[in-house]
Amino acid sequence: MICQQCHMREANVHYTQIINGNKVEMYLCSQCAEEKGKLTFSPQLSLGSLLWGFGPGGGADYPGIGKQPVLRCDMCGMSFDDFRRLGKLGCPNCYRVFRDNLEPILRRLHGSAEHTGKMPARMADEIKTSNELKRLKAELASAVENEQYEKAAELRDRIREIENSGKSGGV
Amino acid sequence: MNQKDMQQIPELDVAISSRVRFARNLESYPFSTRMTRAQGAEILNKVKKAMFSDKDAGFGKEFTYFEMNSMKPLDRQLLVEKHLISPEFADGKAERAAIISKDERVSILVNEEDHLRLQCIYPGMQLTEAWKRCDELDSRLDEKLGFAFDKYSGYLTCCPTNSGTGIRASVMLHLPALAMTGYIKSILETCSKVGVAVRGAYGENSEASGNMFQISNQVTLGQTEEEIIAGISNITSQISRQERMLRDELYKQNPNRFEDRVYRSLGLLQNARIMSSEESQKLLSDVRLGVIMGMIPGVDLKKISDLMLMIQPAYLQKLAGAELRPEERDQRRADMLRKNLGVGSLQ
Repeated sequence: MICQQCHMREANVHYTQIINGNKVEMYLCSQCAEEKGKLTFSPQLSLGSLLWGFGPGGGADYPGIGKQPVLRCDMCGMSFDDFRRLGKLGCPNCYRVFRDNLEPILRRLHGSAEHTGKMPARMADEIKTSNELKRLKAELASAVENEQYEKAAELRDRIREIENSGKSGGV
Repeated sequence: MNQKDMQQIPELDVAISSRVRFARNLESYPFSTRMTRAQGAEILNKVKKAMFSDKDAGFGKEFTYFEMNSMKPLDRQLLVEKHLISPEFADGKAERAAIISKDERVSILVNEEDHLRLQCIYPGMQLTEAWKRCDELDSRLDEKLGFAFDKYSGYLTCCPTNSGTGIRASVMLHLPALAMTGYIKSILETCSKVGVAVRGAYGENSEASGNMFQISNQVTLGQTEEEIIAGISNITSQISRQERMLRDELYKQNPNRFEDRVYRSLGLLQNARIMSSEESQKLLSDVRLGVIMGMIPGVDLKKISDLMLMIQPAYLQKLAGAELRPEERDQRRADMLRKNLGVGSLQ
């Protein structure tokens, strides 16, 4: 049997370790076993592959042969399969290209997929405006539905005002 | 820092240090794991310029620039022991630099897993202070470097576990009473249920040594920075309160046994001729507890925290001015501890 750690040398040690109350067993070569004595066990599974179990289709199509066209980042060339394998993204643009596939993963990791914290000063105004517009449009829809036409007219004017100020301001 | 300053640090009896780190990346480059060395060097230059060369970069004056590739492995290891850089960062494999404030409270790691890791570490329970200092540095650097951001995923990081705020807030707690009674296990289990991670003294992949436990947030997206800081502060304060109550309770139940443990450990530190890093951490943990309980008048917490740093391999070798074999280190460590805690030194 080959060592489960280095995958090179012959395994000659049956290695057992208790981690957080769980028993973990491995077959290791004596060299790796000695190393392990000093370190804690790190499983050979990538975050990406673990999390994909929670993704669309529950990971049924993993490792994803040909069902969907290969999704690839146009900036760094990383494919979504690469991400599943590595658990790390290639560049900031990957977040935009893989958004739909990443969303369930982010939700699983963080319980949410929408940032609510700090934003760079240069983007703060823009984002606040877009959030405000989103909120006003939702209010408008509900006002129309509830036949509150006076309120709806006010909301419509307010939306126009914000949209126009964006244009004339050259943002 | 003198003893009087130490007394003013909040919750130092349990909280060793509070640390906040921000993960940030530059917009038009691949993340560190996928970039070329040339791109790494470009990023290094940009950060260096933003910190030290720009007209309004006066704040760079309080920082020192350490290029990893031109440092000796021992000096890099020393930065790891001081918690200023991570162990992976010290491997010298890439274009990396650490920019460290003169007071050693702030460090900026360039080209770690993310292009920038801003870190601030304060003694005791001072998460808010650490976060504010990091936050200010982040805003200033963002103006110059333009960090990758998107309104849905927040600050974009190499690993999706860090995206959003990109913040990791952690407090290092000294929990000898909870550890010795075994209550720690249920506390750790409860923490993991509410998305709070507990690790050993050196961050990821290490065991708890000297009863030191690092409590940190796992969720970085969907919560604001204020919520994350408040959450971790609240949880660590609750754990600290339990630890304090248990220390008093243990003492009340059997003062003799409690004192025996502390003085026995002190005795070993004062007399041993060979001392491993692991054993000395364990013994110093007992002595620290004794100091807090007012059992060892000649020693203060400042001395203990200095010793906890000085017993580490790179620090010992730096003090010796030479590379030492493990057996030599164990001797030097015992010598150094005797000198600092020996009967003669306490009067």
